[in-house]
Amino acid sequence: MPHLENVVLCRESQVSTLRSLFGERHHFSFPSIFIYGHTASGKTYVTQTLLKTLELPHVFVNCVECFTLRLLLEQILNKLNHLSSSEDGCSTEITCETFNDFVRLFKQVTAAENLKDQTVYIVLDKAEYLRDMEANLLPGFLRLQELADRNVTVLFLSEIVWEKFRPNTGCFEPFVLYFPDYSIGNLQKILSHDHPPEYSADFYAAYINILLGVFYTVCRDLKELRHLAVLNFPKYCEPVVKGEASERDTRKLWRNIEPHLKKAMQTVYLREVSSSQWEKLQKDDTDPGQLKGLSAHTHVELPYYSKFILIAAYLASYNPARTDKRFFLKHHGKIKKTNFLKKHEKTSNHLLGPKPFPLDRLLAILYSIVDSRVAPTANIFSQITSLVTLQLLTLVGHDDQLDGPKYKCTVSLDFIRAIARWSVWLCRPGWSTVVRSWLTATSASQDGEL
Amino acid sequence: MRELINHALKELMEIEEVSENVLQVHLNGLLQINDKIALKEITRQLNLENVVGDKVFGSFAENLSFLLEALKKGDRTSSCPVIFILDEFDLFAHHKNQTLLYNLFDISQSAQTPIAVIGLTCRLDILELLEKRVKSRFSHRQIHLMNSFGFPQYVKIFKEQLSLPAEFPDKLFAEKWNENVQMLTLNRVTASHPFMTAIDLMEASQLCSMDSKANIVHGLSVLEICLIIAMKHLNDIYEEEPFNFQMVYNEFQKFVQRKAHSVYNFEKPVVMKAFEHLQQLELIKPMERTSGNSQREYQLMKLLLDNTQIMNALQKYPNCPTDVRQWATSSLSWL
Repeated sequence: MPHLENVVLCRESQVSTLRSLFGERHHFSFPSIFIYGHTASGKTYVTQTLLKTLELPHVFVNCVECFTLRLLLEQILNKLNHLSSSEDGCSTEITCETFNDFVRLFKQVTAAENLKDQTVYIVLDKAEYLRDMEANLLPGFLRLQELADRNVTVLFLSEIVWEKFRPNTGCFEPFVLYFPDYSIGNLQKILSHDHPPEYSADFYAAYINILLGVFYTVCRDLKELRHLAVLNFPKYCEPVVKGEASERDTRKLWRNIEPHLKKAMQTVYLREVSSSQWEKLQKDDTDPGQLKGLSAHTHVELPYYSKFILIAAYLASYNPARTDKRFFLKHHGKIKKTNFLKKHEKTSNHLLGPKPFPLDRLLAILYSIVDSRVAPTANIFSQITSLVTLQLLTLVGHDDQLDGPKYKCTVSLDFIRAIARWSVWLCRPGWSTVVRSWLTATSASQDGEL
Repeated sequence: MRELINHALKELMEIEEVSENVLQVHLNGLLQINDKIALKEITRQLNLENVVGDKVFGSFAENLSFLLEALKKGDRTSSCPVIFILDEFDLFAHHKNQTLLYNLFDISQSAQTPIAVIGLTCRLDILELLEKRVKSRFSHRQIHLMNSFGFPQYVKIFKEQLSLPAEFPDKLFAEKWNENVQMLTLNRVTASHPFMTAIDLMEASQLCSMDSKANIVHGLSVLEICLIIAMKHLNDIYEEEPFNFQMVYNEFQKFVQRKAHSVYNFEKPVVMKAFEHLQQLELIKPMERTSGNSQREYQLMKLLLDNTQIMNALQKYPNCPTDVRQWATSSLSWL
């Protein structure tokens, strides 16, 4: 079928394999076929297009949508019913609660005139969710042809490999088909396919080249790349539209678009910023450095003492308790510099995450870093609890452990740096230099925080 | 196995007396997942009085007592024998209390309606699964079907299955077909490609023997490959201890900070997204269920690929940058 190749690009061999598997309408095919491949490798698209173009009776079900047994089975049966009934009148909705009923009703529905002699195809998309449903569902679908004694083939589409599906006690093995990932050439071909008609194909192809140059090492997902291509094309065309450059002026176009794409990687790609915000930004032509993503907003305006409590919590989580005397007391006496940190602590401080600390220690550190006298009032304690609710601190251990609650600081160094920027003038003297050094440090060293 | 049973039943049914009298009930462990459903299915198939159309009336207790009464009323001389065929027999043994099995075996051992129970299963240790009271009522007659033919015999059987029988309408087609059956292949037959050839054989065997995980690794981006290599190094240094994202990121940074590799200097959230993609593909797995308390960067994970798989996949990886490949094979002492 010539027009199928135009609709489905770069998948000729998979299409031909599938077509030969399907065979003639009335032939029995493999009872089950398992198709796997990366996201956006065309599994759903190719299967759907092929079944529609060849006009084979099929039912397409998504296992994320139909996440319970009943939803799944009823949707299959009702869709089949719609296929088989020729009159437009509403036939009653079929209800089905167990797989046993499903097989029985399936036999009845497929006995209809127009479905009787042909292979019926059931396609289960995102089939990895079947593993979490009832245990008999996956083995049952694998041999539906035998159980129902009808001409039916079940296709499973998934990203996860077949070995992870196989139940412990074994099952009927399906025919496994792999959809290979698109090579960079294929990606270029597919992406260039949807160029807007007002520009030439070469112009768009050059743009796609630049886009792939920036994003290919990070992401090969076709859906993401298409989304980015559509969003950033207006910016790319801007110099041409404004008349500053011609279509062939590649260097100028590259210089214009490159910082924009780099910014896109940090924002739109990470979904920090929605695509409509991004488009608005492009229209307004503001400096992309100004853009604040979602993560920036987690740094909410905290009250005065809460900022210090957080800083104290971070210090308590990442410094071992033995070092407190040295860091926080004014006159701490001599401490041997060598063997400062025990061997196992060298790797653990920043790699294993925060350690829990008792409330008393937190308060002790707090008193030593705040410039003014802090009284242990209910105000302070309630701020600690608010921080727990905001999930900036977590309570470790049981809720009902009233004396000696232990906490853990769950914010990152970047967050603390952002807070420290505000608090640097309010710390006890001697501490402001420390905090300032945090702000300039690129990454915390492994030998301790300070 | 099932063909054997079906064949035997067909032969049996050819005897006139048998087909008039004997009732059959076919059950399957995959469909009847508990005794309640099984019971309803039995009543449906035997078409007892509490069945109207397809619907079975009454509760589980009522159905059970009705069925047992119906079966117990008879004796060996006057009532219809029933053959119960239980497919996936091991699944029935997982039902609660094995009620169905107990009752069926009980009836078969006592002087009531003559029934025969045939169970089909793939498990050799099926008797261990049965409870004591069920096992004692079992007749302990087992038939093992083993596939013990060697390769030449296998080929012979295969050829016989695929060859068209003599009565096939198109004589010429049948002859050519049987010639080509010398080759083994799967499915390349369409209207325009009616004969199997040797090329199909090679392609089909390739399809069957692919290493699926290697295929998935083939489709990863360069950043994701770098993360996998970082994990491999961590596994080598720390001998398969679980790792978290922060450790992997650190290891990756060590690679990036060497002068020539600054092209890989991506922001931490971008690396995190790649890490999460690997988790979605189930190439890495968390050690325990996610708890809301811990940050995602510090959750302990483990890598589900071993070193040989990684190195093989790297060989086949398209356009693998040389520095990445060198990093993968380098020893760790000088880092």
